[in-house]
Amino acid sequence: MISREDVDHAAMLARLGLTEAEKQLLQTQLSSILEYMQALSQVDTSGIPPTAQVIPLRNVFRADEPATSLSVEDVLSNAPDREDDFFRFPPVFE
Amino acid sequence: MAVTTTYEPVIGLETHVQLMTQSKMFCSCSAAYAGAEPNTHVCPVCLAMPGVLPVMNRLAVEYAFMTGLALNCQIPEASKFDRKNYAYPDLLKGYQISQFDLPFNINGWITVEAEGVTTRVGITRAHLEEDTAKLIHRHDNGDSRSLIDMNRSGVPLLEIVSEPDLRSPAEARAYLQKIRLIVRTLGVSTGNMEEGAMRCDVNVSLRPVGTEKFGTKVEIKNLNSARSVLRALEYEIERQARALDSGELISQETRGWDEDKSVTFSQRSKEEAHDYRFFPEPDLPPVFISAEWVEELRARLPELPDQRRERYVQEFQLSPYDAVQLTSSVEVSHFFEETVRLYPNPKTVANWIEGDLFRILRERDTEIDTLPMGPPQLVELLQLIDRGTISHGTAKEVLEDAAFSGKSPASIVKEKGLTQISDTEELNRAAAAAIAANPQALADYKAGKKQAMGFLTGQVMRATGGKANPALVNEILRAHLDKA
Ligand SMILES: [Zn+2]
Repeated sequence: MISREDVDHAAMLARLGLTEAEKQLLQTQLSSILEYMQALSQVDTSGIPPTAQVIPLRNVFRADEPATSLSVEDVLSNAPDREDDFFRFPPVFE
Repeated sequence: MAVTTTYEPVIGLETHVQLMTQSKMFCSCSAAYAGAEPNTHVCPVCLAMPGVLPVMNRLAVEYAFMTGLALNCQIPEASKFDRKNYAYPDLLKGYQISQFDLPFNINGWITVEAEGVTTRVGITRAHLEEDTAKLIHRHDNGDSRSLIDMNRSGVPLLEIVSEPDLRSPAEARAYLQKIRLIVRTLGVSTGNMEEGAMRCDVNVSLRPVGTEKFGTKVEIKNLNSARSVLRALEYEIERQARALDSGELISQETRGWDEDKSVTFSQRSKEEAHDYRFFPEPDLPPVFISAEWVEELRARLPELPDQRRERYVQEFQLSPYDAVQLTSSVEVSHFFEETVRLYPNPKTVANWIEGDLFRILRERDTEIDTLPMGPPQLVELLQLIDRGTISHGTAKEVLEDAAFSGKSPASIVKEKGLTQISDTEELNRAAAAAIAANPQALADYKAGKKQAMGFLTGQVMRATGGKANPALVNEILRAHLDKA
């Protein structure tokens, strides 16, 4: 069961401003999704080693060779806001 | 308020080192971001557009393992990358690819020399990740905003985490300098802190001397020089000691360092600590490193600083102190070895480099490799002394000139007329004149007063503008006095 605090915390981490109605809806939906996933815990995994990957690949590398990048116009084409050739954001301070 | 309890600082460092590759960590954009026009080294991969696939830069991976080997780390057979999630504009994609529970290198150590004491400092881990974008803050006409340049985003970055084994600001500085020396010797990074190629965060807590339990630690972020590390720690240790003495609790927090005001300041409390929600990076297959690959990489390691220091003691019969001084930077050791190759008297060369040359570098706040003077000029200077052309004292003056003009010492001596006078006829005249002008000194000498000799030598030296060969002056004066 997802608590109301879990929803608030997840929304804060994702920087999502949710309305009261959205929070209630998400609490219910997230809870049922997690509940559904609980079905996996019924599988017997005792003989299976833990893994972080399901693809049978390892050591996939590329050579250290620089290639052409996008044009600045392409880079900034999805930017919500720009100034000169930069992405522009509301002020943040380190 | 006087500090009453004696505290022991417990210090650990997290050092970020940019690896010197041509391209970025997970895409083929150029990694040469310095001086590039903003947002010109950016592609769909480093922007994390939907559907793109990051692929590891093999050289960056090898550099990370080679650094781990140089830090005496163990290299686990299996490693992987993870996503470290946080919302901050320096990461447009909302996460950084880093390594969480299976880093490339673990459980290493290095030795650090500070204030004449050698300490072994543990290396907890050294893992590979990607650098963040550069933020620029603009404020004008009442309008504040932050601008993002993505060129640096995705440049390979090695994070080296030390154990809390350091016990003084001087040791912490020496540790950082040693890490810098190691990565520069390996050639995996410029180690240039001014340009941000190496950055560091410091953790520090205090505990009463003789106790075991760690105090509450404070993290000082983004120190960009060895000097800042030293000064920020000195300030912070004093601040914490005063707080503890007056019964305050140290709050676990992140602090910044204000270089101009020389103070640390509170940035954010750890209570709102980041919740990074690490999870395995699904786009990158794990890395398995075989024993053969490790050995192949080990074979590529150059002579490391500790080995070089040991060789200087063995091969050149230098003291351990001299060896530490002369291996303190890649450039100094190259300068020393090249000079010794041309002038095979290591002790004399060591004395000149550690004495006058280091003094000149300190006074002008510069580095040996930026001097227009090279080993051949130092060799020429030493040969001028050996031939009796100039005195040791004059040589110091010539070195000062040569170091910054890059001129040959012989031409400086000629230009300034510094050649030592070994012309007996001229010295005979000067000696006779000095004795004639100082009858009292002659009488004193005859009466057995040895100081008279020193006085007369001084007179002759002055008359010749300090250019006379002192040994010869002595010899000639004595001859004159004895027959007078
Ligand atoms: Zn890219």
